[in-house]
Formats: sequence, C-alpha cells, structure tokens
Amino acid sequence: MTKALVDTAAIPGWGVDADPENDPTYPMRHIEHQQDRGLTWERPTQQHPKVEILRSIEHNRLPAVVGTSTPPAGLSGMIRRVAFRRSESDWWHWLMLMGADRLNVVEGVVEDLAKGKVPNIPAELGWKSEWQHNQKGVAKKAGIAVALGAGLFLWSRRSKQRRDEEVAGPHSLAAEAAAERAQ
Amino acid sequence: MLAMNYRGPYRVRADEKPMPVILHPEDAIVRVTRSCICGSDLHLYHGMVPDTRVGMTFGHEFCGVVEQVGPEVRNLKVGDHVLVPFNIGCGKCHFCQQELFGNCHESNAQATAVGGIFGYSHTAGGYDGGQAQYVRVPYADVGPTVIPDWMDPDDAVLLTDVVPTGYQAAEMGGIKRGDTVVVFGAGPVGLMAAKSAWLFGAGRVIVIDSQEYRLDFARHFAHAEVYNLREIDDMVVFLKKQTDSLGADVCIDAVGGDAVGNGLQWLFGTKLKLEAGNAIALHWAINSVKKGGIVSIVGVYGPTGNMIPIGNVVNKGITIRANQASVKRLLPRLIEHIKEGRINPKAMITHRVPLEHVADAYHIFSSKLDGCIKPVLIPNAA
Repeated sequence: MTKALVDTAAIPGWGVDADPENDPTYPMRHIEHQQDRGLTWERPTQQHPKVEILRSIEHNRLPAVVGTSTPPAGLSGMIRRVAFRRSESDWWHWLMLMGADRLNVVEGVVEDLAKGKVPNIPAELGWKSEWQHNQKGVAKKAGIAVALGAGLFLWSRRSKQRRDEEVAGPHSLAAEAAAERAQ
Repeated sequence: MLAMNYRGPYRVRADEKPMPVILHPEDAIVRVTRSCICGSDLHLYHGMVPDTRVGMTFGHEFCGVVEQVGPEVRNLKVGDHVLVPFNIGCGKCHFCQQELFGNCHESNAQATAVGGIFGYSHTAGGYDGGQAQYVRVPYADVGPTVIPDWMDPDDAVLLTDVVPTGYQAAEMGGIKRGDTVVVFGAGPVGLMAAKSAWLFGAGRVIVIDSQEYRLDFARHFAHAEVYNLREIDDMVVFLKKQTDSLGADVCIDAVGGDAVGNGLQWLFGTKLKLEAGNAIALHWAINSVKKGGIVSIVGVYGPTGNMIPIGNVVNKGITIRANQASVKRLLPRLIEHIKEGRINPKAMITHRVPLEHVADAYHIFSSKLDGCIKPVLIPNAA
C-alpha cells in the first residue's frame, strides 16, 4: 500500500464489495459442488441453419445455436473453408482468415458495383466528421500530401530529364562525329 | 430495416438489410432503442479481428423492446424493454452452469475459445449485432433482463458490457482494502474499472492514458490520480517510483490491442498485424505490478500471439486473471449500485448519433475527436 491522495471516505460505496474470499479461481471453484462436475448437460434445441456454417475442428459437434450473418462466399469464402481445416491453435488458420478478410473488401466493392451502387468511400470513412472536428488536422494532412505529391512530381520530372539527357547524349555525339567525318 | 454495414477496415455505412427472423425456439426479435459503439468494436473497425466479413452488422451493447418471441421463450414477453448482455449464453452448458456466461459452449460454431458475442465477427459466432433497428437475440430467456422502471435507459445500455466489464476487471484484481491499483486505459471500460476499484476497497487508484481529455474525465468521474503516458519516459520506472519501488498491488489492462506508446509494438501489432494487436499496456502491467501481484486483463486482443514478458510473470510470481465479463452474473449487484447512486454510468455518454450517421460516429470515436468518451447510436425506430 502506498500513499493515498484521495480521501476514500468521500467516495460513494467505498469498500462495499471488498471480499476477502475473492481468490483467483473465482468462480470456477463452484464446480466442486456439482455431482457430475457439469461435464454433461441437457442441450438446448438444435438450430438447423439454412446457410453454410464453418465449424472449428475443436468442436465435436455444432453448437445448439449459431449465427447466420454473411455466410462464406466467393474466393474469400474458399480461403475461409481451407482455414477451417486447421485448429484455432494454428497460426495459418488465422492468417488465412485475415487474408480472406482483405480479399473480401475487394469483393465487397465489386458486389456494390454489380448492384449499380458506387460506394461513397469518403462518407464510409467518416471524412465529414474529420472536417467538422479536426480542420487543422485535415489541413495538415492535406499540406503533407500536397508537399509529398509535389516532391514526387518534381523528382520524377527531374529523373525523366536526366534519362532524356543520357539517351540524347550519345546520339548527339554520334551525330557530331558523323558530321565531322562527312566534312 | 436500417443497419450498420461493415465494408472493410475503417469503412462502415448504414444500409437497408432484411428484417431478422426467429431461427431457434429460444430466439427473440428486439427493436433496438439504444446501441453503443464499444472500444472493442474499434478492433473490428480497424481490421484487427480475423474472420470479420464484409456485410456484417456490429453492435454488442444494446437495449430494446421485445417484438417477437420463439415458442420456447418463457420469461420474456412482447413489449418488455430489455437490456441484452453482449455475450450469448445458453444457461445450460458446463461453463454457463458456473456462471461463466461469456464462455458458453453452445453459441459459437467458429471457435471454442470464446462464446458467442453479438456483432463481433465470425470468430465470436457470426451473429449480426444491435447497431440496427432490429436484432435477433438467441437464448432470450438467459441473457436479456427487463430494465427496471426507475432505471434510465442510458444507464441500462451501459450495463450490457462497459459497466460489468470494468467491474469484473476490478473483481478479478482480487483487490484488498488499501491496495494500490493501476488501470491502463481511460476509455469507458477503464473508467469503470477505476470507479469499481474503490468499491472493492482500493486505497489508491492510478489511471494511465495518452489522451488528456480522457484523463481529465477520469480524475472527476473515477476520483483517480491520472498520468499521461506521453509525458512519461519509462512507464515502469515511473510507476515503481510511485509505489515505493515495489510496484502496484494490482494492474488492470483495459486497453487491449489498440494501445499506443511503443514503436515496436505499434509496427508489429498495429500496422503489420504480426501480433494480435499492440500489447504494450499488458507489457507495462506485468512489469509494473509488484511480485506476487495480480494482473487483470479485460482489454481485447486477437486470437494469435503477442510479445509480452512471460518470463517476468514466472519470476515475479504474478497471477494473471482474465475473461470476457460474465454480464448476467454481475447484473443484480450492478443494478443495486446504480440504484444506490454509487455509480452513474450514463455520465460517460458524450455523443448521441442517429444510426444513419454511423460512419461519422465510428470515425469520431476511433480518432478521439470532439472529446468523445462514449457514443450511442439511436436507430430510427427508437
């Protein structure tokens, strides 16, 4: 215990939940009071989903209730199916799922376009609120972007000039030599 | 119906989606009246949680009115205004029998390590969440709790996750009277952890964060000593000096994988995603707690691995306690605390945003704009 800077008597409810019996195993300790240690249970009614559900291979059966949001589809879905052949302990399982997530973003844009909807990406990114609440930050980012863009443009133009000079150089010398020979 | 629609990292929008339907006899359909964006939603929003599919609706902190119930629902009736715990628990399995409702074995097909959670990727079961006008609620007799007449719905919606998670963080700390408790993170969960530490008899509560406005809030809301990590050269040395060189009795990680404060962790965890998030808060917690102390983790990390000093856990004899909050177990006590005026969760709500503007709400919360502590989405149907 170190020095307290706050008068605990002034804090509503100070110490009302202090529990000397609160040990690190809580609440697992209650298992001791169960005859069969709770390892079997009366299962809830089984849901029969009408969409594809990928199941962890660490489960010995489908849980009674499942989520049916966004079933696997497309190329990302194929990757997810492969990922679910590996256990939750396997890094490849998660890395493949992360890869599928990134691919799924592209699929999402394609899906939007296929439906005739052009995604308003600045709105989806919440840029309006950025402008409303952080105009200085936006100006700073825009300034950095403009400076980087201008720098990149100047650098590429300079590089092009150098390349042109290098290409033009030997030709020009050759032309001069030919002209001298002709004379 | 209108619902939040995830389109990829940092991209969300409100879209028309089909109404949810009863898929299981213990299901209910709930018309959402309030739905928060949680700090852990930002892990999804930032693309850090594997198997987060485009088209999903997030949202695990919500309350609403029961519109329809399945044939096996006994305790709820149409018209009840309920708060819905973020975890989906069957109430019957090995884990639910021990009141570990966050570890249910009958609600998540995609993973065994975590039970089902509303709107939290397929790694947590693939359920659409409550950032929508309507939501399907499985095991409706187990989790959902009727909101008492006297309770403000703003308090009720925060009882679905933030309050119990912060409270359980303090509970898992095994705090004894007079203990020094360090809470990493002054987001809503960290604030509630700091506030709850006093209820367990802490003698001193220190909160660490990088945002000055959040630290100001923690100072007043949670009566905590606050320090900005950006002003501290070496966090562990600083905390040792604050605690007679021995370290804190209890350290709480209320940050998780979206931490800041270390370039290497930021690169590997946040940007390259070679770790399950930036684990610097947990690293500090392990190294700042005293020998034999307790580190309590409620910050959310991905399912892979992190760089943390596990050798020091052994050498210092530290106990690590962690779990998803068992909301249902904690609700009776927390409702009592609100009734007695010991906690006032709704004071954390800083933003109320129509569901149509969900993209702006996420951006404001994620970028910590406009003094945002806790945003609440209000669906049209509310």
